[in-house]
Amino acid sequence: MKVLVPVKRVIDYNVKVRVKADETGVELANVKMSMNPFDEISIEEAIRLKEAGTVEEVVAVSIGVQQCQETIRTALAMGADRGIHVLHDGDLEPLVVAKVLKVLADKEGPSIIIVGKQAIDDDSNQTGQMLAALLGWGQATFVSKIDIDGENIKATREVDGGLETLTVKIPAVLTTDLRLNEPRYASLPNIMKAKKKPIEQITPEDLGVDPSNRLQVLKVSEPPTREAGVKVSDVGELVDKLRNTAKVI
Amino acid sequence: MTTLILAEHNNTEMNVATLNAVTAAQAIGGDITVLVAGKDCSAAAADVAKIDGVTAVKVVDSPEYENGLAENVAGLVVNMANGYSHVLATATASAKNIMPRVAALLDMQQISEITEVLDDSTFVRPIYAGNAMATVRSSDAIKIITVRGTAFEAAKSDGGTASIENESFAGDAGLSAYLGSELSESERPDLTSARIVVSGGRGMQSGENFPIIESVADKLGAAVGASRAAVDAGYVPNDYQVGQTGKVVAPDLYIAVGISGAIQHLAGMKDSKVIVAINKDEEAPIFQVADFGLVADLFTAVPELDQELVKNGFGS
Repeated sequence: MKVLVPVKRVIDYNVKVRVKADETGVELANVKMSMNPFDEISIEEAIRLKEAGTVEEVVAVSIGVQQCQETIRTALAMGADRGIHVLHDGDLEPLVVAKVLKVLADKEGPSIIIVGKQAIDDDSNQTGQMLAALLGWGQATFVSKIDIDGENIKATREVDGGLETLTVKIPAVLTTDLRLNEPRYASLPNIMKAKKKPIEQITPEDLGVDPSNRLQVLKVSEPPTREAGVKVSDVGELVDKLRNTAKVI
Repeated sequence: MTTLILAEHNNTEMNVATLNAVTAAQAIGGDITVLVAGKDCSAAAADVAKIDGVTAVKVVDSPEYENGLAENVAGLVVNMANGYSHVLATATASAKNIMPRVAALLDMQQISEITEVLDDSTFVRPIYAGNAMATVRSSDAIKIITVRGTAFEAAKSDGGTASIENESFAGDAGLSAYLGSELSESERPDLTSARIVVSGGRGMQSGENFPIIESVADKLGAAVGASRAAVDAGYVPNDYQVGQTGKVVAPDLYIAVGISGAIQHLAGMKDSKVIVAINKDEEAPIFQVADFGLVADLFTAVPELDQELVKNGFGS
């Protein structure tokens, strides 16, 4: 069984994002970039399936600028077997990304594609569901636990009221939520080994996918800021403020 | 313009999240049809028909829609979407699961979690955990949109007199099957629609300490939430999580207890009207967004707050 895992290069989750003065986007120059945290969880799950003997090969895919190869190397250092880099300058929308992944899935023939539920840059939460739709596969999104049982995956999903369990037929797309696992750190020997693992490079055009976006971004602006308020000295003052100043209780 | 809204419901009643999508659809303009897909869902459909502003309700009542499986519901929505200019749903876990599948099948680029409608094809949506707001214009023939519930007032749930039409559509995709749910049982209000929310973070140190904030919450008629740290540590279930990748809330009053205020948490609550922070670390970033900050040990301050509320006549 083969598993495909898309990994996205995003601004590191610890970085305070700044909007560019000309409102065309956010500042990316000299900003630390990392693998999308949900994709780390996806890679970790794929590697655990390999370690358990359920899966033979884990393929990491990244779509974007040349530096996405660093993100793929991170996945390889964690334990993925090989990488595919789809080179493209500029942001791609989830629908284009799903189309690229669909063609790759047709070529590679994975049984499971594990996708992070959301990228922390555009916060779209779409790619996995779109990919499942384009492939005509079933989907288990926002999963916190999976068990592979022959032809099916039993998945526990994080939903608004708690947890939901369903089975989905293989091949399937899974999207990962935070509680699925805790991703490992790559060890130094594995980082060295990852340098020798192969990364194939292609373009969306090679795959016959038109990379044009559908949405026109008119501007990217600062959100309304919230002013810090006052410190209260004790609980009595707090309750008084809430009752008589803010009038919310 | 004519909008189709996918209703959120549990077959026996409508989920109030549906009301926010109706308001967003009104901002877009034109007739509003709401689709209720489920099994034995006529009671939910009757709720929806009473929403002020809804023109028509379409009901598809069939076993394959009972549990909202994405493959089945998306197939239905795709089949019905023809002729509509917009398809909307409030961005609940269920809609987030279904709507991108609809969009891809229709070859449309979904616009996720809009917070503002500028015109029928231009929308504002938060990116980077709400640290930037993107204004985007769609030229797709059918705009597939999820709506951030906290950004649109709930439409009135009565006064409407929409027609109810039953439609039949058979569509079990046969790709997945529902096994069951473990839903948190609570007498407290729903986190996303509560007027007051009291949340605990890593500072709570253990799930066993949560009763001290639950006691305060119950006196105020509040919902209880948590930061990701508290959920990851297993203090409380996943559905308590407020933040970028959890629930987004905007109550009248949000009380953050032992929460440092990581940007990912702020993304889920910074639109609250009044924010209170109780934290012993006066440098904690939560104080930068708090209207009222109390620098104190929560294990002293929260029981005191409980007592002070009793003195002021709450929960008596």
